[in-house]
Amino acid sequence: MAQSRGFVGRRGAATVTLPPGQYLTEEFPVLSAGPTPHVPLEEWALTIDDGKNALRQWNWKSFRELPTEAITTDIHCVTRWSKLGTTWEGVSLDTLLADITSDASFALVRSYGGYTTNLPVADLRNKKAWIAFRFDGVDLAAEHGGPARLLVPHLYLWKSAKWVRGITLLDHDEAGFWERNGYHNYGDPWREQRYSGD
Amino acid sequence: MAGAAVLGRLKWHLCTVVALRDETATARTIALQVPDWPGHLAGQRVDLRVTAGDGYAAVREYSIASAPRSDGRLELSVERVPDGEVSPYLTQDLAVGDRVELRGPIGGWFVWRDDQIEPIQLVAGGSGIVPLMAMIRSRAAARSAAPFRLLYSVRNPASVWYLHELQALESDRGVGITYIYTRAAPANWPRPPGRIDATVVADASWPASVSPTCYVCGPTSFVEHVAGLMTSSGHSPERIRTERFGPSGNRP
Repeated sequence: MAQSRGFVGRRGAATVTLPPGQYLTEEFPVLSAGPTPHVPLEEWALTIDDGKNALRQWNWKSFRELPTEAITTDIHCVTRWSKLGTTWEGVSLDTLLADITSDASFALVRSYGGYTTNLPVADLRNKKAWIAFRFDGVDLAAEHGGPARLLVPHLYLWKSAKWVRGITLLDHDEAGFWERNGYHNYGDPWREQRYSGD
Repeated sequence: MAGAAVLGRLKWHLCTVVALRDETATARTIALQVPDWPGHLAGQRVDLRVTAGDGYAAVREYSIASAPRSDGRLELSVERVPDGEVSPYLTQDLAVGDRVELRGPIGGWFVWRDDQIEPIQLVAGGSGIVPLMAMIRSRAAARSAAPFRLLYSVRNPASVWYLHELQALESDRGVGITYIYTRAAPANWPRPPGRIDATVVADASWPASVSPTCYVCGPTSFVEHVAGLMTSSGHSPERIRTERFGPSGNRP
């Protein structure tokens, strides 16, 4: 590293450990590639498919009849802000995937508005991922992904696809939107996997 | 131009500040000489790292303001965030000859390539002008004839960045520019201060019928508002690319 003459900086509170290169914020910034889609609940559907056939599908009513969980978690955005102790309510992917028998190792998550992101199926299972519909005690705002978004807080937040409409289970990895536009394929904040090649 | 594909790990480049220019009372352009810069596309960003004497380092993302050049010179424009950790240093303390480190270019979506020939609608809110300025400059550098229009929302006449250069680009290069003043307008300005509305979009931007590609950059509330107006006026959401700053603000 090279010193920058005269730069002092602020040291973060010693009690908080953040992933490398992140700083704390109390706000909830927004990162999206296009306009915010507004999806009426009566038209909303969530589909899990295998690339050919739908395996399971829920409308808003049947989705909201599933058991939900309260989630408290830290979130980390690739643009370097982190937010601690955020509270959400959502349906676990363990619940959604429970009746599905599949050998698929990879998932491509699809959103209203056309956004996609990819991750291993293993990162969706075992209490690591949810479809969240409430944030901080209120219905999830459209700009933050409402009516419902994926929440996979152990990866950078672009993996937590907003406006989720479906998950395609695949036997091969298929790059999503940001993953085709210079960002890391996996996105582990603790290994600082921001950009492709990191 | 290189930089579209990121091959291998992006490396840190130690660069030297070669010029500084105030854009407004709170914003400054920083010209850097970057050895081995791989090149970039208009609209891309960099990570900038500054390091204190004890090794403590802070990294922030900034949009590149300059058109791609082959000589390794690159410009960033930075708005001072009052409580920021890095931007007050960059806009007040940094001097010619100082060193910072850069890593990039970053981002392959909010970009304009000089082989795009379709009409381009740019909409900037405040410091959101930076990546759009890179696009306007790239168009001029490439002698592109792509029809460009810019809607530029600012608080008052003193908060326009790149004022003289924009005037020159408007008269010499035919970029259609409309300023929207939200707090205070110049004397005799035809429109009272206020945010962009449906009338402004209808009067001053490319209509959806000519299928422009739209780039909207600014604070989150601005981008949400403008993108909503544009989709309501018939623009296809797929043709609207957005980049949002904040609300934690302007990339401190």
